[in-house]
Amino acid sequence: MAKVTIDLRVNGEPHEVAVHPWRTLAQALREDLGLTGTKIGCETGDCGACTVLIDGRSVTSCLTLAVEAAGREITTIEGVAPSGTDLDALQEAFVRLGAVQCGYCTSGMILSARYLLSHNPAPTELEIRQALSGNLCRCTGYQKIVEAIAEAAKANG
Amino acid sequence: MRWIGQPVPRLDAPAKVTGRAIYAGDVTLPGMLHGRLLRSPVAHARIAGIDTSRAAALPGVKAVITGRDTPGIRYGNWRLMPQTQDELALQIDKVRFIGDEVAAVAAIDADTAAEALELIRVDYEPLPAVFDVESALAEGAPLIHDEGSLTSNVSLDRKIDYGDLEAAFARAAYVREDRFELPSVSHAYLEPCACVAEADLEGRLTLTTSTQTPYMVQCLLASALGMRENDVRVVKPTVGGGFGGKMELRSWEVCAAILARRTGRPVKFVLSREEELAFGRRRHAMTIRSRLAMDRGGTILGKDLEVWLDGGAYNSMGPTATFLCGNFGAMLYRHPAYRYRGYHVYTNKAPAGAMRGFGAPQALFVTESQMSMAAEELGLDPIELRLKNAMVAGDEIPGVAKISTSGLAECLRKVAEATSFERKRATTAAGRGIGIACSSFITGGVFNWFDTPHEFSAAEVRAHDDGTVHLLTMASDIGQGSDTVLRQILAEELGVSIDRIRLTAADTALCPKADLGTWGSRVTLMAGNAILAAARQVKDELAGVVSARFDLNVIHEIVFADDRVFARARPERGVSFGEAVAMAMRARRGGAVIGRGAYTPRGKGLVTPTFSFAAQVVELEVDRETGVVRVEKITTAHDSGTVINPLGVEGQLHGSIHMALGYALCEELVSREGRTLNPTLLDYKIAAAEDMPAGESHTVEIHDPEGPFGAKEAGEGLVSPTAPAVADAIHHATGFRSCSLPITPEKILFALEKKGEE
Repeated sequence: MAKVTIDLRVNGEPHEVAVHPWRTLAQALREDLGLTGTKIGCETGDCGACTVLIDGRSVTSCLTLAVEAAGREITTIEGVAPSGTDLDALQEAFVRLGAVQCGYCTSGMILSARYLLSHNPAPTELEIRQALSGNLCRCTGYQKIVEAIAEAAKANG
Repeated sequence: MRWIGQPVPRLDAPAKVTGRAIYAGDVTLPGMLHGRLLRSPVAHARIAGIDTSRAAALPGVKAVITGRDTPGIRYGNWRLMPQTQDELALQIDKVRFIGDEVAAVAAIDADTAAEALELIRVDYEPLPAVFDVESALAEGAPLIHDEGSLTSNVSLDRKIDYGDLEAAFARAAYVREDRFELPSVSHAYLEPCACVAEADLEGRLTLTTSTQTPYMVQCLLASALGMRENDVRVVKPTVGGGFGGKMELRSWEVCAAILARRTGRPVKFVLSREEELAFGRRRHAMTIRSRLAMDRGGTILGKDLEVWLDGGAYNSMGPTATFLCGNFGAMLYRHPAYRYRGYHVYTNKAPAGAMRGFGAPQALFVTESQMSMAAEELGLDPIELRLKNAMVAGDEIPGVAKISTSGLAECLRKVAEATSFERKRATTAAGRGIGIACSSFITGGVFNWFDTPHEFSAAEVRAHDDGTVHLLTMASDIGQGSDTVLRQILAEELGVSIDRIRLTAADTALCPKADLGTWGSRVTLMAGNAILAAARQVKDELAGVVSARFDLNVIHEIVFADDRVFARARPERGVSFGEAVAMAMRARRGGAVIGRGAYTPRGKGLVTPTFSFAAQVVELEVDRETGVVRVEKITTAHDSGTVINPLGVEGQLHGSIHMALGYALCEELVSREGRTLNPTLLDYKIAAAEDMPAGESHTVEIHDPEGPFGAKEAGEGLVSPTAPAVADAIHHATGFRSCSLPITPEKILFALEKKGEE
């Protein structure tokens, strides 16, 4: 089947990409745009490592077709920091509080947390844990991730 | 201390929170091809023929290989016992489990590679297969490995004997015998394995791979391909967790190398989650029979332990698991007499290998379950019974190890007090339970099953005249944080700021040989000691030149702190670290200031230089209608020696609890006739954030003379106490004592129903 040309707006930058209709957004981001910060852990939408934001809402990019995301605002982990050297409050809290170990789930965790804080700026611990229900981590037991998100919420507040 | 004991944030964390850390699967090289493996759909069969012609003819396919295109040299981690090296990258004559690798392709993209696999025809002549230890040991069972000298499916056994066991049981006032069944579980690291191989025109290979043991991969890949070891370079990029599952040479690494040489182009393999769960390494399922002898007061007189490990189709790290399980069986408590028989049994299933705890979660589930059962039957307090038998510093495991330091008793007292254990245990509220268990683990292995001729860990420290330092080591950070901890150790010893230390790690072409890798909780102690040795060489040289410069009496102590080198009694007599290096270079007529250090445990027994200890209390509630267990709180006290980085140690504890709660309550790789029935993270359930209980931890810091700055391990021991503590608490809550894991709602309901009928 022929490829289709789509416009992907990623982290504010426009990209024209030719993709097969079955290509996932995760593949397009990683392989066509070189944005490898989005991780693939299962390809079945269970682990959340591939979480990105589309029009501000969190989605698993391994279950989203690239063509579905055409023309919409996509935010990946590469677009979270305000500049190449600064970190945003979530990223800073993840680093400082030890919420990162192997790091493979980290991109997805931060984007899920960003979505949570965008519509619930002062979440309770339970709300944070529920918001991470689609993001698996095998290293941290989630404890420091939850603490970092709470801390970032406070800093934003 | 300036750096030791400080919650230093991981130095790689900024790269990880911005998506800039590069894992093997993120690597793309010009002209790179994509590889895929064809796996056996049958559990046991002769390969009568393979036809790859249609696959090879598919446009975009650049190479297809089968076992006949490989040198056919068997490999395995136990180089010390070559008869245990039973693996081939691609099978030639027969397949031994569903998922066994039979062919590999390299194509211009992953879709084409996948399509090519479907065009390969393999003729299998099915053989009878065995899927559990009992059938594998039955008379007339098919021999899974008939290529060597084995006459049964027991690939190896291990015996430990000390003390007079017969006499111990003869005079025991209390004897109990129990049988335990432990399941196979997955590491479930978030990053599926991946690698990229490049071949140059001088005949050398570079393999960038998701591994915890780059040095071992280098050696084994060279031998599997008949190459010289140093013509193979293995580079460990950022690794997304391993937990023991990434410490061997694996099929795709060999195939990537062969395909890269054939095509002249880089070749990348990325495994799917399904491949990982259905065919990947896992923790050994074990059947364990344990007989325990005590006197009337509960003092252990002896133990007789028999273990059958369901090894799957290849040895993998099974020999070490068999060895260590025997050692862990007599850990925690003094056993005057001990007999261990361990049997590693081949079955037609995916091979089990090393996984966090490495024999300890199984052995300690047995030990701790029996301690609680004995306490109940003897009418003793479970904590008192443990204290009575607890290992203390100076205790010896005959012929095996000496306990260097032990905080076990203090850990037990701490968790008992923190949880009001005695009071809560005496209360019986329907459905509520409190349970206890302890753990111990090795801090690195003394054994040299890899048969390396190198030191176990090595480090090079290059001091520069701008005040910076370059540390080179083969130690492999796979997410646990050793790259940060090792720099803390060096920063403390040299008195330089941690941001002045550049690290080059885990690249076999650049870093000093060797380091056996990340397993057995060895990195902090072994690489840390090697780094200290290297740093001390640098310090000796710098102390000399500073002493000469200021005409210091030889009795002066030279201090390295705050990026300066100076006399303790006369701090003004000193220079910056960089100036000291410049002086040393001038003294050497331009020569570089380099320290080289190494560490190998010698005279430390047969197992480890030193053991960690911990005690844990679990409080939970069991819903008697549904059998669902809700763990409310886990309180831990641990003796990990000096804590070098509290953030890291806490992270290890939390991660251990996550993995161990799954082991206790819900995780199990379920298979039928060799086929894994739950190969997705939807069906293989690991806990989500909402499932995790509250936690509390207490550190019992004891300076251990064997470890750098007194440190012991913290990465694996803590994975053992949770399952037996949960089982103990469920027993307290319901009266049901489970001798198998996971303790599912079904098991609980079934047991409660049976109890009701009685």
